Amino acid sequence: MSLIKEVDYGTPAKNSEKTVTLTIDGKDVTVPEGTSVMRASMEAGIQVPKLCATDMVDAFGSCRLCLVEVEGRNGTPASCTTPASDGMVVRTQTDRLKKIRKGVMELYISDHPLDCLTCAANGDCELQDMAGAVGLRDVRYGYEGGNHVQVRQNGEENPRYMAKDETNPYFTYDPSKCIVCSRCVRACEEVQGTFALTIEGRGFESRVSPGMHENFMDSECVSCGACVQACPTATLQEKSVIEIGQPEHSVVTTCAYCGVGCSFKAEMRGEELVRMVPYKDGKANRGHSCVKGRFAYGYANHKDRILNPMIRESVDEPWQEVSWEEALRFTADKFKGIQAKYGKGALGGITSSRCTNEETFLVQKLIRAGFGNNNVDTCARVCHSPTGYGLKTTFGTSAGTQDFDSVEHTDVVILIGANPTDGHPVFASRLKKRLRQGAKLIVIDPRRIDLVRSPHIEAVAHLPLRPGTNVAVLTSLAHVIVTEGLFDEAFVRERCDWDEFQDWAAFVSDPKHSPEAIADMIGVDAETMRKAARSFATGGNGAIYYGLGVTEHSQGSTTVMAIANLAMATGNIGRPGVGVNPLRGQNNVQGSCDMGSFPHELPGYRHIQDSATRDIFEDIWGVKLDDEPGLRIPNMLDAAVDGTFKGIYIQGEDILQSDPDTKHVAAGLAAMECVVVHDLFLNETANYAHVFLPGSTFLEKDGTFTNAERRINRVRKVMTPMNGFADWEVTQNLARAMGLDWNYTHPSQVMAEIAATTPSFANVSYDLLEREGSVQWPCNAKAPTGTPVMHMDGFVRGKGKFVVTEYVATDERTGPRFPLLLTTGRILSQYNVGAQTRRTENSAWHKEDLLEIHPHDAEQRGIREGDWIRLASRSGETSLRATITDRVAPGVVYTTFHHPGTQANVITTDYTDWATNCPEYKVTAVQVSSSNGPTEWQVEYDRQAEQSRRIKPRVDAAE
Amino acid sequence: MAPDKLVYMANQIATFFKSQPDNEGVKGVANHISDFWEPRMRKQLFDMIAKGNGDFHPLVLKAAPMIRKVKETA
Ligand code: SF4
Ligand code: SF4
Ligand code: SF4
Ligand code: FES
Repeated sequence: MSLIKEVDYGTPAKNSEKTVTLTIDGKDVTVPEGTSVMRASMEAGIQVPKLCATDMVDAFGSCRLCLVEVEGRNGTPASCTTPASDGMVVRTQTDRLKKIRKGVMELYISDHPLDCLTCAANGDCELQDMAGAVGLRDVRYGYEGGNHVQVRQNGEENPRYMAKDETNPYFTYDPSKCIVCSRCVRACEEVQGTFALTIEGRGFESRVSPGMHENFMDSECVSCGACVQACPTATLQEKSVIEIGQPEHSVVTTCAYCGVGCSFKAEMRGEELVRMVPYKDGKANRGHSCVKGRFAYGYANHKDRILNPMIRESVDEPWQEVSWEEALRFTADKFKGIQAKYGKGALGGITSSRCTNEETFLVQKLIRAGFGNNNVDTCARVCHSPTGYGLKTTFGTSAGTQDFDSVEHTDVVILIGANPTDGHPVFASRLKKRLRQGAKLIVIDPRRIDLVRSPHIEAVAHLPLRPGTNVAVLTSLAHVIVTEGLFDEAFVRERCDWDEFQDWAAFVSDPKHSPEAIADMIGVDAETMRKAARSFATGGNGAIYYGLGVTEHSQGSTTVMAIANLAMATGNIGRPGVGVNPLRGQNNVQGSCDMGSFPHELPGYRHIQDSATRDIFEDIWGVKLDDEPGLRIPNMLDAAVDGTFKGIYIQGEDILQSDPDTKHVAAGLAAMECVVVHDLFLNETANYAHVFLPGSTFLEKDGTFTNAERRINRVRKVMTPMNGFADWEVTQNLARAMGLDWNYTHPSQVMAEIAATTPSFANVSYDLLEREGSVQWPCNAKAPTGTPVMHMDGFVRGKGKFVVTEYVATDERTGPRFPLLLTTGRILSQYNVGAQTRRTENSAWHKEDLLEIHPHDAEQRGIREGDWIRLASRSGETSLRATITDRVAPGVVYTTFHHPGTQANVITTDYTDWATNCPEYKVTAVQVSSSNGPTEWQVEYDRQAEQSRRIKPRVDAAE
Repeated sequence: MAPDKLVYMANQIATFFKSQPDNEGVKGVANHISDFWEPRMRKQLFDMIAKGNGDFHPLVLKAAPMIRKVKETA
């Protein structure tokens, strides 16, 4: 193994069809038109010295190191800013160039500290490299003159010297080492799109500065690390590298946080992770990342990690550490006992959207083949199950239609119920880049999310709808498009069922769906609605991106179908730049759905009642499968309370914190006889568990994750599991303890089984992934290297199906007791229930959940910024601090759910989506009032949690 | 599960399918419940309907005979 060094071509690739051919140092090279001379040279294998250019950002041409000579031209143009042209003859190394370059380097080095040996970037510094490349041997100028290096100058304070900024928890800024190449500034603008950095001052006085001469922590910086990656020197440097030193080998793997699925190089020293660097060839992220993936891996060896299996008879006892063998035997005995006593259907399990495809596949296999029922579900139940249902009904597959590259061809975007700058940051950066190039944005969200207005971006329309009225809004947009004749008739006639379209068109055309008729109800004025509809229908390639603000409603599935209708009616399906794109929450939520985690579906979304599909699995697994759909998570909890469901195996999910109506979840868990939690930490659910099986992190195992674009990415093991086993091995050992004869020795064998049983994965293998990097399913004989864009030549189901989407108001209504609507969301630095991110320095950005409330509502209640408030719904109450903002409309309040102390789900109700039981997180009627601190429930909860987390150390029997 | 909740869920499904054209409604409700409801839930539904309990949407009652039966298990 060695350190993967990606080639830096100096300037970004151009994708022009037309090519030009030029000669560089006697070599002919052909490149796309618009390519810089620098990049062309690199492609010919000739590295022109450079400092201010790097291929992640556009060239700026300031360092003057990359000069070349071009025959027939005067002077020495900079190769990074000079486009290659046909017939050009370039020389990169002449006496004149050598002299100029030495002079340039001499100037740089004369204002740079000479502590190379003890510098954190030693061995990975481009300034060092260039000094070597140009043959710099001595520097004639000392530090007597003006410089940025010395703290004191001639006995006085050096006004140019700036101290290190160490405020960011993950990287430092040491201005004394800065060469003002502005790569960081350009990275922040072009790659990340945050515009947090500027160059202040001019000439010799110029300095990099976050914001208006702020420190990093107080600036707009979101800590994505792009600037650190772009910096050629140690000026911006990961603290982990400062601490550990330079890495010696690296392995490409996939981020385990969100559904973007960024590829990273895990840069290692031995088994110690030195840093994560986004991988340029990663097709989801193209070399970018966010703060979570790049920096927030500290949870992997956090002291809270549980490394030994533990059991207990009852949840008021402390945990007893035991051997793996004993824990598995204990579990198998309990499970078998439960089935003997209460029947086969009394057991079930939950697969994890954080674990790999292979692990998820094995958990559902254990349940279907081992438990002999279909009581398997996954946390997608609480997020994107309506996506599966809605897109399967309308298009024929339960997944988004595009790849992320598609956004580069989009002209108009509808963003509904998603906040990508926080939830899917790298996708947000790619979207922002496209918006800066002129694409239009329409935001449908109760809250004024950042994208509505941010540097160099302004949405053409923001529809701040009342929570819960998505279907009415989408139907009304369709009303405008149909009644104004803006739909794409040719597309619909060719691709969709024309009769169904006509039924639908008649339905949406009803005047009661006009923007004017519903304006009061949805809280958006008719003109804005019409403008948005027209922009989308007539603006060119239209793409719809959506998130949990769509699915987590009682009409979640209906909303997904309304989105699909809109895309079909406007002809926006089946080519790059368009499509319906669910922004999936967790890293492998797509994969866990694909792998048969739903109780009614075998892998590949095939219904359990389909005997041909069952046959395939029965053949390979050698058992008879139950042909009845199993229980979904909320149903399992109901059945538990009824006394017919007694045992559960939960891999990598924290349903007590993530699922709605905490009290009901707690009651369900408390009613079970054997709750097995398989996780990294003693999560909240573990408070009710009888068995704890320690889990492993994504760094400790091999496997694959499937991201929101259906992309299957490899996860590669870079260190030995601290708990002893990768999660797939734990599941296998449990299966064996239950009497199943499983003998996988590597996850690739599980993938082979997936491919053998699931047509959309038929061609997927670890060999293929090794060759291709990643592939998007369907990947089979018809599409041997995968399918970036779906439904290209017709819909998977045949004809696209228009579905009538009648708006049904949720029964969760405001009234005198609960006059406000609560909606929930997430923020950038934390992830889901926060179990991982809370155990990293990311908490520097988000120490607690806050309730956002409009100034008007706050004033009425006498609430001031930072006050403790009581938040109550008909389900329960909790307390947290308030922050006052007009991001939310009057009548609407908003909070996140990253911290267990907040218990936001004590508030949420048990209303669910009609089709999938996906909980209605996004609408809860609440009241807000002043309070002095935590509620009784919170105090009692903390007491129970503390009680339940006690651990008795293991006593080994004397031998 | 709590009888009210079961009625509520069934009626939610009926409310969606009621709006579908061409009388797809009854079939839609029946198929949806057959496809997604675990036998315990279907059994409870049948029992309640048989006893005349629960304030079911008319579409649910109409669909009931078409919903997949529950096998007698040992
Ligand atoms: S970390 Fe990211 S957001 Fe912060 S300054 Fe650097 S590039 Fe900009
Ligand atoms: S901080 Fe690094 S990238 Fe930014 S200008 Fe200075 S040397 Fe260049
Ligand atoms: S959290 Fe998401 S956006 Fe951030 S690095 Fe990981 S996959 Fe990429
Ligand atoms: S690399 Fe071209 S001018 Fe700096």
